[in-house]
Amino acid sequence: MADVNRGNRPLSPHLSIYRPQLTSVTSILTRITGNALILAALLIVWWFLAAATSPEYFAVADGVITSLLGDLVMAASLWGLWYHTLAGIRHLIWDYALGLDLPTAEKLGWAVVIGSFVLTLVTLLVIA
Amino acid sequence: MRYLTDRKRAVGMGSAKSGVHHFWMMKVQAVALLLLMPLFVFTFGPMLGEPHQAVLEYFSRPFPAIVAALTLVVGFKHFADGAQVMIEDYVHGLMQKVLIILVICLSYAAAATGLFAIARIAL
Repeated sequence: MADVNRGNRPLSPHLSIYRPQLTSVTSILTRITGNALILAALLIVWWFLAAATSPEYFAVADGVITSLLGDLVMAASLWGLWYHTLAGIRHLIWDYALGLDLPTAEKLGWAVVIGSFVLTLVTLLVIA
Repeated sequence: MRYLTDRKRAVGMGSAKSGVHHFWMMKVQAVALLLLMPLFVFTFGPMLGEPHQAVLEYFSRPFPAIVAALTLVVGFKHFADGAQVMIEDYVHGLMQKVLIILVICLSYAAAATGLFAIARIAL
């Protein structure tokens, strides 16, 4: 590209000057939850490996995962998983250019946020 | 006269060089995980904190074992592809390539470890 003025142009406003909105916050949370789930995923793989190895090793891994800190990580990850799932459904809808107008986008945003907490609570009640 | 079609001239171009392949694969994984994740949560979840013997017996059954194996394979591939997109957005140059390779290798290693463990329990 014959852009001789690179780095010396007026820039469009960056993210930092915008007031956080429901749509922008729910968007970045999708990325954060999706990537943060690696922690729980690796813990689960470790738990399976320990179970396949020996009763002693399983006691260690299961002890860590069901400790207070482990419970906290797993509960937070469960919320992250439901949030990312609902946000993913929202993306599947958006892919068909549906629900992109502001009122609908805001409603979908609240549905993702509220739905994630409700589903987390229901899941904890069922499996815990 | 040109024998090249418009499509042929477009293939391999664009910033991604691979069209929408990455996007499409992530969409396939996402729809698969929509079914797999709840199945995994409600089969694996109750097993946390159970006695070792009960865990071994439970994951010897076909359904919980297959659900767990599929969820790990599709889930880690989805993570690798999604984390790659994040890295491409925020990191540039050599470090971008290094991180993408690390993330993909970590995902494959974790999926292989999980598959090995589940196979050993199930068989």
